Amino acid sequence: MLAALATLSLTNCGYNAIQSNDEQVKSSWSEVVNQYQRRADLVPNLVNSVKGFAQQEKDVLLGVTNARAKVGSIQATPEVLNDPGAFAKFQAAQGELTNALSRLLVVTENYPQLKSDALFRDLVVQLEGTENRITVARNRYIKAVQDYNVTIRSFPTNLTAIAFGYKEKPNFTVENEKEISTAPKVDFNPTPAAPAK
Amino acid sequence: MLANFGIRAGLAAMNAARACILALVMCWPVAAAADVAVPPLSGRVVDQTGTLSSGDIASLTQTLKNLEARKGSQVAVLIVPTTAPETIEQYSIRVAEAWKIGRKKIDDGALLVVAKNDRHMRIEVGYGLEGSLTDATTKRIIDEDIAPKFKAGDFAGGITAGVNRMIRVIDGEQLPAPEPPHWQSPGSFNIDPFNPFLIIPVLLLGGLMRSTMGRLMGSAATGGLVTLVAWYLFGSLLAAVLAGVIASVFVMFSDSITSAAPGRRGRGGGWSGGGYGGSYSGGGGSSSSSSDSGGFSGGGGSFGGGGASGSW
Repeated sequence: MLAALATLSLTNCGYNAIQSNDEQVKSSWSEVVNQYQRRADLVPNLVNSVKGFAQQEKDVLLGVTNARAKVGSIQATPEVLNDPGAFAKFQAAQGELTNALSRLLVVTENYPQLKSDALFRDLVVQLEGTENRITVARNRYIKAVQDYNVTIRSFPTNLTAIAFGYKEKPNFTVENEKEISTAPKVDFNPTPAAPAK
Repeated sequence: MLANFGIRAGLAAMNAARACILALVMCWPVAAAADVAVPPLSGRVVDQTGTLSSGDIASLTQTLKNLEARKGSQVAVLIVPTTAPETIEQYSIRVAEAWKIGRKKIDDGALLVVAKNDRHMRIEVGYGLEGSLTDATTKRIIDEDIAPKFKAGDFAGGITAGVNRMIRVIDGEQLPAPEPPHWQSPGSFNIDPFNPFLIIPVLLLGGLMRSTMGRLMGSAATGGLVTLVAWYLFGSLLAAVLAGVIASVFVMFSDSITSAAPGRRGRGGGWSGGGYGGSYSGGGGSSSSSSDSGGFSGGGGSFGGGGASGSW
Protein backbone atom coordinates (compact mmCIF):
# COMPACT_ATOMS: atom_id res chain seq x y z
CA MET A 1 0.00 0.00 0.00
CA LEU A 2 2.82 2.39 0.90
CA ALA A 3 4.66 1.41 -2.24
CA ALA A 4 1.51 2.10 -4.19
CA LEU A 5 1.18 5.52 -2.60
CA ALA A 6 4.83 6.24 -3.29
CA THR A 7 4.36 5.29 -6.93
CA LEU A 8 1.34 7.54 -7.19
CA SER A 9 3.05 10.49 -5.58
CA LEU A 10 6.05 10.05 -7.86
CA THR A 11 3.72 10.23 -10.83
CA ASN A 12 2.28 13.43 -9.56
CA CYS A 13 5.75 14.85 -9.21
CA GLY A 14 6.42 14.06 -12.84
CA TYR A 15 8.93 11.32 -12.22
CA ASN A 16 7.47 9.19 -14.96
CA ALA A 17 7.26 12.16 -17.29
CA ILE A 18 10.95 12.82 -16.72
CA GLN A 19 11.72 9.18 -17.43
CA SER A 20 9.84 9.13 -20.71
CA ASN A 21 11.22 12.49 -21.81
CA ASP A 22 14.72 11.41 -20.91
CA GLU A 23 14.34 8.24 -22.93
CA GLN A 24 12.92 10.24 -25.84
CA VAL A 25 15.98 12.48 -25.77
CA LYS A 26 18.27 9.46 -25.74
CA SER A 27 16.58 7.72 -28.64
CA SER A 28 16.44 10.85 -30.76
CA TRP A 29 20.09 11.44 -29.96
CA SER A 30 20.86 7.93 -31.16
CA GLU A 31 19.12 8.74 -34.41
CA VAL A 32 21.22 11.89 -34.82
CA VAL A 33 24.41 9.92 -34.25
CA ASN A 34 23.18 7.19 -36.56
CA GLN A 35 22.62 9.62 -39.42
CA TYR A 36 25.93 11.38 -38.83
CA GLN A 37 27.56 7.98 -38.98
CA ARG A 38 25.81 7.30 -42.26
CA ARG A 39 27.31 10.48 -43.64
CA ALA A 40 30.75 9.63 -42.35
CA ASP A 41 30.50 6.24 -44.07
CA LEU A 42 29.74 7.93 -47.38
CA VAL A 43 32.79 10.17 -47.26
CA PRO A 44 35.53 7.68 -48.31
CA ASN A 45 33.59 6.64 -51.43
CA LEU A 46 32.84 10.21 -52.29
CA VAL A 47 36.47 11.26 -51.89
CA ASN A 48 37.61 8.35 -54.02
CA SER A 49 35.21 9.11 -56.82
CA VAL A 50 36.23 12.78 -56.87
CA LYS A 51 39.90 11.83 -56.77
CA GLY A 52 39.57 10.00 -60.06
CA PHE A 53 38.49 13.13 -61.89
CA ALA A 54 39.85 16.07 -59.92
CA GLN A 55 43.16 15.08 -58.47
CA GLN A 56 44.42 18.67 -58.43
CA GLU A 57 41.89 19.60 -55.73
CA LYS A 58 44.17 18.14 -53.08
CA ASP A 59 43.45 20.81 -50.43
CA VAL A 60 39.72 20.34 -50.55
CA LEU A 61 39.97 16.56 -50.55
CA LEU A 62 42.42 16.64 -47.67
CA GLY A 63 40.09 18.97 -45.78
CA VAL A 64 37.25 16.46 -46.13
CA THR A 65 39.46 13.54 -45.11
CA ASN A 66 40.76 15.37 -42.04
CA ALA A 67 37.33 16.48 -40.97
CA ARG A 68 36.10 12.92 -41.43
CA ALA A 69 38.95 11.60 -39.28
CA LYS A 70 38.17 14.13 -36.57
CA VAL A 71 34.50 13.16 -36.55
CA GLY A 72 35.48 9.51 -36.26
CA SER A 73 37.68 10.18 -33.26
CA ILE A 74 34.83 11.61 -31.16
CA GLN A 75 32.86 9.09 -29.17
CA ALA A 76 29.20 10.07 -29.41
CA THR A 77 27.85 8.07 -26.49
CA PRO A 78 24.70 9.21 -24.67
CA GLU A 79 27.03 10.49 -21.92
CA VAL A 80 27.90 13.31 -24.29
CA LEU A 81 24.45 14.67 -23.52
CA ASN A 82 25.38 15.29 -19.90
CA ASP A 83 28.56 17.10 -20.81
CA PRO A 84 27.99 20.41 -22.62
CA GLY A 85 31.70 20.66 -23.47
CA ALA A 86 31.79 17.29 -25.21
CA PHE A 87 28.52 18.11 -26.92
CA ALA A 88 29.91 21.35 -28.29
CA LYS A 89 33.01 19.49 -29.51
CA PHE A 90 30.84 16.92 -31.27
CA GLN A 91 28.80 19.62 -32.91
CA ALA A 92 31.90 21.55 -33.97
CA ALA A 93 33.47 18.48 -35.55
CA GLN A 94 30.30 17.63 -37.46
CA GLY A 95 29.94 21.24 -38.55
CA GLU A 96 33.48 21.15 -39.88
CA LEU A 97 32.69 18.07 -41.93
CA THR A 98 29.55 19.77 -43.25
CA ASN A 99 31.61 22.74 -44.39
CA ALA A 100 34.34 20.58 -45.91
CA LEU A 101 31.75 18.55 -47.83
CA SER A 102 29.99 21.61 -49.17
CA ARG A 103 33.35 23.03 -50.31
CA LEU A 104 33.97 19.74 -52.08
CA LEU A 105 30.62 19.89 -53.83
CA VAL A 106 31.27 23.48 -54.93
CA VAL A 107 34.61 22.48 -56.39
CA THR A 108 33.13 19.57 -58.31
CA GLU A 109 30.97 22.03 -60.23
CA ASN A 110 34.08 22.73 -62.31
CA TYR A 111 34.38 19.16 -63.54
CA PRO A 112 31.61 18.35 -66.03
CA GLN A 113 33.00 14.90 -66.58
CA LEU A 114 32.80 14.14 -62.87
CA LYS A 115 29.30 15.55 -62.66
CA SER A 116 28.11 13.22 -65.38
CA ASP A 117 29.65 10.19 -63.72
CA ALA A 118 26.82 7.90 -62.58
CA LEU A 119 28.58 6.72 -59.43
CA PHE A 120 29.41 10.23 -58.34
CA ARG A 121 25.87 11.40 -59.01
CA ASP A 122 24.46 8.59 -56.90
CA LEU A 123 26.86 9.43 -54.11
CA VAL A 124 25.86 13.09 -54.17
CA VAL A 125 22.18 12.12 -54.05
CA GLN A 126 22.92 9.87 -51.10
CA LEU A 127 24.82 12.66 -49.41
CA GLU A 128 21.91 15.05 -49.95
CA GLY A 129 19.49 12.46 -48.59
CA THR A 130 21.70 11.89 -45.58
CA GLU A 131 22.02 15.60 -44.90
CA ASN A 132 18.24 15.79 -44.97
CA ARG A 133 17.97 12.86 -42.58
CA ILE A 134 20.44 14.61 -40.29
CA THR A 135 18.29 17.73 -40.37
CA VAL A 136 15.18 15.73 -39.52
CA ALA A 137 16.97 13.84 -36.73
CA ARG A 138 18.36 17.08 -35.32
CA ASN A 139 14.95 18.71 -35.37
CA ARG A 140 13.46 15.77 -33.53
CA TYR A 141 16.30 15.87 -31.01
CA ILE A 142 15.74 19.60 -30.50
CA LYS A 143 12.06 18.99 -29.83
CA ALA A 144 12.78 16.10 -27.46
CA VAL A 145 15.28 18.18 -25.50
CA GLN A 146 12.83 21.04 -25.38
CA ASP A 147 10.17 18.78 -23.86
CA TYR A 148 12.67 17.36 -21.41
CA ASN A 149 14.05 20.73 -20.34
CA VAL A 150 10.60 22.23 -19.95
CA THR A 151 9.59 19.26 -17.80
CA ILE A 152 12.54 19.45 -15.46
CA ARG A 153 12.26 23.22 -15.11
CA SER A 154 8.49 23.53 -14.60
CA PHE A 155 7.24 23.83 -11.09
CA PRO A 156 6.29 20.62 -9.41
CA THR A 157 8.54 18.48 -11.56
CA ASN A 158 11.67 20.56 -11.03
CA LEU A 159 11.74 19.36 -7.40
CA THR A 160 11.73 15.77 -8.58
CA ALA A 161 14.43 16.59 -11.12
CA ILE A 162 16.61 18.12 -8.41
CA ALA A 163 15.98 15.21 -6.05
CA PHE A 164 17.00 12.66 -8.67
CA GLY A 165 19.75 14.71 -10.22
CA TYR A 166 18.29 15.31 -13.68
CA LYS A 167 20.01 18.21 -15.36
CA GLU A 168 19.19 20.24 -18.42
CA LYS A 169 20.42 18.71 -21.64
CA PRO A 170 22.33 20.69 -24.25
CA ASN A 171 20.61 21.52 -27.50
CA PHE A 172 21.90 22.17 -30.97
CA THR A 173 22.70 25.75 -31.73
CA VAL A 174 22.09 26.98 -35.22
CA GLU A 175 25.31 27.04 -37.18
CA ASN A 176 24.23 29.52 -39.80
CA GLU A 177 22.76 31.97 -37.32
CA LYS A 178 23.90 34.98 -39.33
CA GLU A 179 22.36 33.64 -42.50
CA ILE A 180 19.02 33.06 -40.85
CA SER A 181 18.85 36.41 -39.12
CA THR A 182 19.40 38.23 -42.41
CA ALA A 183 17.17 35.99 -44.51
CA PRO A 184 13.82 37.66 -43.62
CA LYS A 185 14.94 40.70 -45.60
CA VAL A 186 13.86 38.82 -48.68
CA ASP A 187 10.30 38.88 -47.38
CA PHE A 188 10.22 42.69 -47.49
CA ASN A 189 9.90 42.51 -51.23
CA PRO A 190 6.25 43.42 -51.77
CA THR A 191 5.91 41.45 -54.98
CA PRO A 192 7.32 37.94 -54.73
CA ALA A 193 9.46 37.21 -57.73
CA ALA A 194 7.96 34.87 -60.29
CA PRO A 195 9.35 31.36 -60.02
CA ALA A 196 12.55 31.45 -61.97
CA LYS A 197 14.80 28.51 -62.83
CA MET B 1 12.30 76.46 -22.19
CA LEU B 2 9.12 75.84 -24.08
CA ALA B 3 11.07 75.26 -27.28
CA ASN B 4 13.31 72.87 -25.43
CA PHE B 5 10.29 70.97 -24.23
CA GLY B 6 8.91 70.94 -27.76
CA ILE B 7 12.15 69.51 -29.09
CA ARG B 8 12.16 66.93 -26.37
CA ALA B 9 8.58 65.97 -27.11
CA GLY B 10 9.46 65.77 -30.79
CA LEU B 11 12.37 63.49 -29.97
CA ALA B 12 10.17 61.32 -27.83
CA ALA B 13 7.66 61.09 -30.63
CA MET B 14 10.43 60.16 -33.01
CA ASN B 15 11.66 57.53 -30.62
CA ALA B 16 8.18 56.14 -30.31
CA ALA B 17 7.84 56.09 -34.08
CA ARG B 18 11.19 54.38 -34.34
CA ALA B 19 10.12 51.82 -31.78
CA CYS B 20 6.95 51.22 -33.74
CA ILE B 21 8.88 50.71 -36.93
CA LEU B 22 11.30 48.44 -35.14
CA ALA B 23 8.44 46.41 -33.73
CA LEU B 24 6.89 46.23 -37.16
CA VAL B 25 10.16 45.20 -38.73
CA MET B 26 10.67 42.55 -36.09
CA CYS B 27 7.15 41.22 -36.29
CA TRP B 28 6.80 41.40 -40.04
CA PRO B 29 8.98 38.43 -40.94
CA VAL B 30 7.17 36.35 -38.33
CA ALA B 31 3.82 37.18 -39.86
CA ALA B 32 5.14 36.71 -43.38
CA ALA B 33 6.87 33.46 -42.50
CA ALA B 34 3.70 31.57 -41.59
CA ASP B 35 4.19 28.04 -42.87
CA VAL B 36 1.87 26.44 -45.36
CA ALA B 37 -0.61 24.31 -43.43
CA VAL B 38 -0.65 20.57 -43.93
CA PRO B 39 -3.89 19.76 -45.78
CA PRO B 40 -6.17 17.08 -44.35
CA LEU B 41 -5.66 13.63 -45.76
CA SER B 42 -8.86 13.52 -47.78
CA GLY B 43 -7.72 10.69 -50.04
CA ARG B 44 -4.73 8.99 -51.54
CA VAL B 45 -4.38 11.83 -54.00
CA VAL B 46 -4.71 15.34 -52.59
CA ASP B 47 -4.60 18.03 -55.26
CA GLN B 48 -4.83 21.58 -53.96
CA THR B 49 -4.11 23.18 -57.30
CA GLY B 50 -6.83 21.64 -59.42
CA THR B 51 -4.20 20.30 -61.80
CA LEU B 52 -5.50 16.75 -62.07
CA SER B 53 -8.86 15.92 -63.56
CA SER B 54 -11.25 13.86 -61.47
CA GLY B 55 -10.62 10.95 -63.84
CA ASP B 56 -6.86 11.18 -63.20
CA ILE B 57 -7.44 11.25 -59.46
CA ALA B 58 -9.80 8.29 -59.63
CA SER B 59 -7.43 6.12 -61.65
CA LEU B 60 -4.42 7.06 -59.49
CA THR B 61 -6.44 6.36 -56.36
CA GLN B 62 -7.43 2.96 -57.76
CA THR B 63 -3.80 2.14 -58.58
CA LEU B 64 -2.70 3.09 -55.08
CA LYS B 65 -5.58 1.22 -53.52
CA ASN B 66 -4.58 -1.91 -55.43
CA LEU B 67 -1.04 -1.51 -54.16
CA GLU B 68 -2.22 -1.38 -50.57
CA ALA B 69 -4.44 -4.42 -51.07
CA ARG B 70 -1.58 -6.33 -52.68
CA LYS B 71 1.43 -5.28 -50.62
CA GLY B 72 0.01 -3.40 -47.62
CA SER B 73 2.14 -0.42 -48.49
CA GLN B 74 0.53 3.02 -48.60
CA VAL B 75 1.53 5.66 -51.13
CA ALA B 76 -0.02 9.11 -51.33
CA VAL B 77 0.31 12.07 -53.68
CA LEU B 78 0.06 15.71 -52.66
CA ILE B 79 0.10 18.70 -55.00
CA VAL B 80 0.32 22.16 -53.43
CA PRO B 81 0.89 25.52 -55.09
CA THR B 82 3.90 26.38 -52.97
CA THR B 83 5.75 25.38 -49.83
CA ALA B 84 7.29 28.82 -49.23
CA PRO B 85 8.77 29.96 -46.90
CA GLU B 86 9.83 26.40 -46.12
CA THR B 87 11.88 24.25 -48.43
CA ILE B 88 10.11 21.29 -49.94
CA GLU B 89 12.08 18.99 -47.64
CA GLN B 90 10.89 20.78 -44.51
CA TYR B 91 7.32 20.84 -45.74
CA SER B 92 7.16 17.24 -46.92
CA ILE B 93 8.51 15.83 -43.65
CA ARG B 94 5.81 17.79 -41.82
CA VAL B 95 3.17 16.33 -44.12
CA ALA B 96 4.63 12.85 -43.64
CA GLU B 97 4.61 13.26 -39.87
CA ALA B 98 1.01 14.48 -39.90
CA TRP B 99 -0.39 11.93 -42.33
CA LYS B 100 1.49 8.90 -41.01
CA ILE B 101 1.26 7.03 -44.31
CA GLY B 102 2.33 3.39 -44.12
CA ARG B 103 1.71 0.64 -41.63
CA LYS B 104 2.75 1.17 -38.05
CA LYS B 105 6.13 -0.39 -37.18
CA ILE B 106 6.58 -1.51 -40.80
CA ASP B 107 6.76 2.12 -41.92
CA ASP B 108 6.14 1.21 -45.56
CA GLY B 109 4.71 4.52 -46.69
CA ALA B 110 5.86 6.86 -49.40
CA LEU B 111 4.71 10.31 -50.34
CA LEU B 112 5.08 12.26 -53.57
CA VAL B 113 4.87 15.99 -52.92
CA VAL B 114 4.73 18.43 -55.83
CA ALA B 115 5.00 22.19 -55.26
CA LYS B 116 3.69 23.31 -58.61
CA ASN B 117 4.57 27.01 -58.61
CA ASP B 118 7.95 26.41 -56.97
CA ARG B 119 8.68 23.79 -59.64
CA HIS B 120 9.96 21.47 -56.94
CA MET B 121 8.99 17.96 -56.04
CA ARG B 122 10.03 15.41 -53.50
CA ILE B 123 9.52 11.74 -52.84
CA GLU B 124 9.46 11.20 -49.09
CA VAL B 125 10.18 7.59 -48.15
CA GLY B 126 9.22 5.85 -44.91
CA TYR B 127 11.83 3.95 -42.93
CA GLY B 128 10.59 0.56 -44.11
CA LEU B 129 10.97 1.39 -47.79
CA GLU B 130 14.35 3.07 -47.58
CA GLY B 131 15.96 -0.21 -48.59
CA SER B 132 14.25 -0.35 -51.99
CA LEU B 133 13.24 3.24 -52.64
CA THR B 134 16.73 4.47 -51.93
CA ASP B 135 17.75 8.07 -52.35
CA ALA B 136 19.38 7.26 -55.68
CA THR B 137 16.33 5.35 -56.93
CA THR B 138 13.89 8.09 -55.98
CA LYS B 139 16.17 10.66 -57.58
CA ARG B 140 16.10 8.63 -60.78
CA ILE B 141 12.33 8.36 -60.68
CA ILE B 142 12.14 12.12 -60.34
CA ASP B 143 14.70 12.89 -63.03
CA GLU B 144 13.81 10.21 -65.55
CA ASP B 145 10.07 9.64 -65.17
CA ILE B 146 8.46 12.69 -63.64
CA ALA B 147 10.53 15.75 -64.55
CA PRO B 148 10.51 15.25 -68.37
CA LYS B 149 6.71 15.00 -68.39
CA PHE B 150 6.36 17.98 -66.04
CA LYS B 151 8.62 19.99 -68.34
CA ALA B 152 6.21 19.26 -71.17
CA GLY B 153 3.32 20.37 -68.95
CA ASP B 154 1.91 16.87 -68.57
CA PHE B 155 1.38 16.76 -64.82
CA ALA B 156 -1.04 13.85 -64.75
CA GLY B 157 1.27 11.78 -66.97
CA GLY B 158 4.32 12.64 -64.86
CA ILE B 159 2.66 11.74 -61.61
CA THR B 160 1.23 8.52 -63.03
CA ALA B 161 4.60 7.51 -64.45
CA GLY B 162 6.34 8.30 -61.17
CA VAL B 163 3.77 6.49 -59.06
CA ASN B 164 3.87 3.46 -61.35
CA ARG B 165 7.63 3.22 -61.09
CA MET B 166 7.49 3.65 -57.32
CA ILE B 167 4.98 0.80 -57.21
CA ARG B 168 7.23 -1.40 -59.34
CA VAL B 169 10.07 -0.76 -56.90
CA ILE B 170 7.87 -1.43 -53.87
CA ASP B 171 6.61 -4.64 -55.48
CA GLY B 172 10.19 -5.89 -55.46
CA GLU B 173 10.48 -5.36 -51.73
CA GLN B 174 9.75 -8.13 -49.26
CA LEU B 175 7.11 -6.78 -46.92
CA PRO B 176 4.83 -8.45 -44.39
CA ALA B 177 1.55 -9.52 -46.01
CA PRO B 178 -1.27 -6.99 -45.74
CA GLU B 179 -4.13 -7.58 -43.32
CA PRO B 180 -7.42 -7.59 -45.22
CA PRO B 181 -9.51 -5.25 -43.06
CA HIS B 182 -6.64 -2.85 -42.64
CA TRP B 183 -8.26 0.46 -41.82
CA GLN B 184 -11.16 -1.03 -39.94
CA SER B 185 -9.17 -2.59 -37.12
CA PRO B 186 -9.76 -0.38 -34.09
CA GLY B 187 -6.23 -0.81 -32.85
CA SER B 188 -7.15 0.33 -29.36
CA PHE B 189 -8.43 -1.25 -26.20
CA ASN B 190 -12.17 -0.94 -26.27
CA ILE B 191 -14.03 -2.04 -23.18
CA ASP B 192 -17.67 -2.85 -22.95
CA PRO B 193 -18.87 -0.75 -20.02
CA PHE B 194 -21.10 -3.53 -18.75
CA ASN B 195 -18.57 -6.28 -19.14
CA PRO B 196 -19.19 -8.67 -16.22
CA PHE B 197 -15.52 -9.57 -16.15
CA LEU B 198 -14.80 -6.02 -15.02
CA ILE B 199 -17.69 -5.65 -12.60
CA ILE B 200 -17.36 -8.91 -10.71
CA PRO B 201 -13.76 -8.44 -9.51
CA VAL B 202 -14.58 -4.92 -8.31
CA LEU B 203 -17.67 -6.23 -6.57
CA LEU B 204 -15.78 -9.07 -4.91
CA LEU B 205 -12.87 -6.86 -3.99
CA GLY B 206 -15.15 -4.19 -2.55
CA GLY B 207 -17.02 -6.72 -0.44
CA LEU B 208 -13.81 -8.24 0.84
CA MET B 209 -12.21 -4.91 1.66
CA ARG B 210 -15.30 -3.60 3.36
CA SER B 211 -15.66 -6.66 5.53
CA THR B 212 -11.99 -6.69 6.57
CA MET B 213 -11.24 -2.98 6.90
CA GLY B 214 -14.55 -1.34 7.56
CA ARG B 215 -16.51 0.89 5.26
CA LEU B 216 -14.28 3.94 4.95
CA MET B 217 -10.92 2.18 4.77
CA GLY B 218 -12.32 -0.61 2.68
CA SER B 219 -13.76 1.67 0.05
CA ALA B 220 -10.60 3.78 -0.02
CA ALA B 221 -8.46 0.67 -0.45
CA THR B 222 -10.68 -0.62 -3.24
CA GLY B 223 -10.50 2.72 -4.97
CA GLY B 224 -6.72 2.73 -4.67
CA LEU B 225 -6.36 -0.78 -6.01
CA VAL B 226 -8.74 -0.15 -8.88
CA THR B 227 -6.77 2.98 -9.72
CA LEU B 228 -3.51 1.08 -9.76
CA VAL B 229 -4.82 -1.80 -11.83
CA ALA B 230 -6.57 0.53 -14.25
CA TRP B 231 -3.49 2.72 -14.53
CA TYR B 232 -1.34 -0.32 -15.19
CA LEU B 233 -3.70 -1.65 -17.82
CA PHE B 234 -4.51 1.50 -19.71
CA GLY B 235 -1.71 3.92 -18.99
CA SER B 236 -3.97 6.92 -18.50
CA LEU B 237 -3.65 8.15 -14.94
CA LEU B 238 -6.58 10.54 -15.18
CA ALA B 239 -8.96 7.79 -16.28
CA ALA B 240 -7.49 5.49 -13.65
CA VAL B 241 -8.04 7.97 -10.83
CA LEU B 242 -11.56 8.58 -12.07
CA ALA B 243 -12.22 4.86 -12.07
CA GLY B 244 -10.74 4.54 -8.59
CA VAL B 245 -12.88 7.34 -7.20
CA ILE B 246 -15.99 5.89 -8.77
CA ALA B 247 -15.13 2.44 -7.45
CA SER B 248 -14.52 3.69 -3.91
CA VAL B 249 -17.70 5.77 -3.91
CA PHE B 250 -19.56 2.74 -5.14
CA VAL B 251 -18.15 0.51 -2.44
CA MET B 252 -19.16 3.03 0.21
CA PHE B 253 -22.54 3.57 -1.36
CA SER B 254 -23.29 -0.06 -2.10
CA ASP B 255 -23.11 -0.71 1.62
CA SER B 256 -26.15 1.46 2.16
CA ILE B 257 -27.83 -0.12 -0.87
CA THR B 258 -27.36 -3.56 0.57
CA SER B 259 -28.58 -2.51 3.98
CA ALA B 260 -31.56 -0.66 2.54
CA ALA B 261 -32.49 -3.19 -0.13
CA PRO B 262 -30.83 -6.55 0.24
CA GLY B 263 -30.49 -8.52 -2.96
CA ARG B 264 -30.04 -5.47 -5.16
CA ARG B 265 -26.29 -5.71 -5.26
CA GLY B 266 -26.25 -7.02 -8.80
CA ARG B 267 -27.86 -3.89 -10.17
CA GLY B 268 -25.60 -1.68 -8.13
CA GLY B 269 -22.64 -3.54 -9.53
CA GLY B 270 -23.79 -2.98 -13.05
CA TRP B 271 -24.12 0.71 -12.40
CA SER B 272 -20.62 0.92 -11.00
CA GLY B 273 -19.26 -1.06 -13.87
CA GLY B 274 -20.78 1.51 -16.15
CA GLY B 275 -18.81 4.25 -14.51
CA TYR B 276 -15.70 2.13 -14.26
CA GLY B 277 -15.50 0.87 -17.78
CA GLY B 278 -17.12 3.92 -19.29
CA SER B 279 -14.21 6.15 -18.52
CA TYR B 280 -11.95 3.94 -20.60
CA SER B 281 -14.19 3.21 -23.50
CA GLY B 282 -14.44 6.97 -23.90
CA GLY B 283 -10.70 7.26 -24.23
CA GLY B 284 -10.47 4.25 -26.47
CA GLY B 285 -13.27 5.53 -28.64
CA SER B 286 -11.63 8.84 -29.26
CA SER B 287 -8.34 7.28 -30.27
CA SER B 288 -9.93 4.75 -32.56
CA SER B 289 -12.18 7.26 -34.24
CA SER B 290 -9.18 9.34 -35.20
CA SER B 291 -7.60 6.38 -36.92
CA ASP B 292 -10.48 5.13 -38.97
CA SER B 293 -12.34 8.21 -40.08
CA GLY B 294 -13.08 8.50 -43.75
CA GLY B 295 -12.10 6.13 -46.51
CA PHE B 296 -8.35 6.52 -46.26
CA SER B 297 -6.00 7.26 -43.42
CA GLY B 298 -2.38 6.74 -42.60
CA GLY B 299 -1.59 3.53 -40.79
CA GLY B 300 0.91 5.13 -38.42
CA GLY B 301 4.10 4.79 -40.43
CA SER B 302 7.06 6.99 -39.60
CA PHE B 303 9.51 8.83 -41.79
CA GLY B 304 13.07 9.89 -41.19
CA GLY B 305 13.73 12.21 -44.11
CA GLY B 306 14.70 9.58 -46.67
CA GLY B 307 14.05 10.13 -50.36
CA ALA B 308 15.09 12.71 -52.87
CA SER B 309 14.01 16.07 -54.22
CA GLY B 310 14.15 17.48 -57.70
CA SER B 311 12.87 20.24 -59.89
CA TRP B 312 11.81 20.66 -63.47
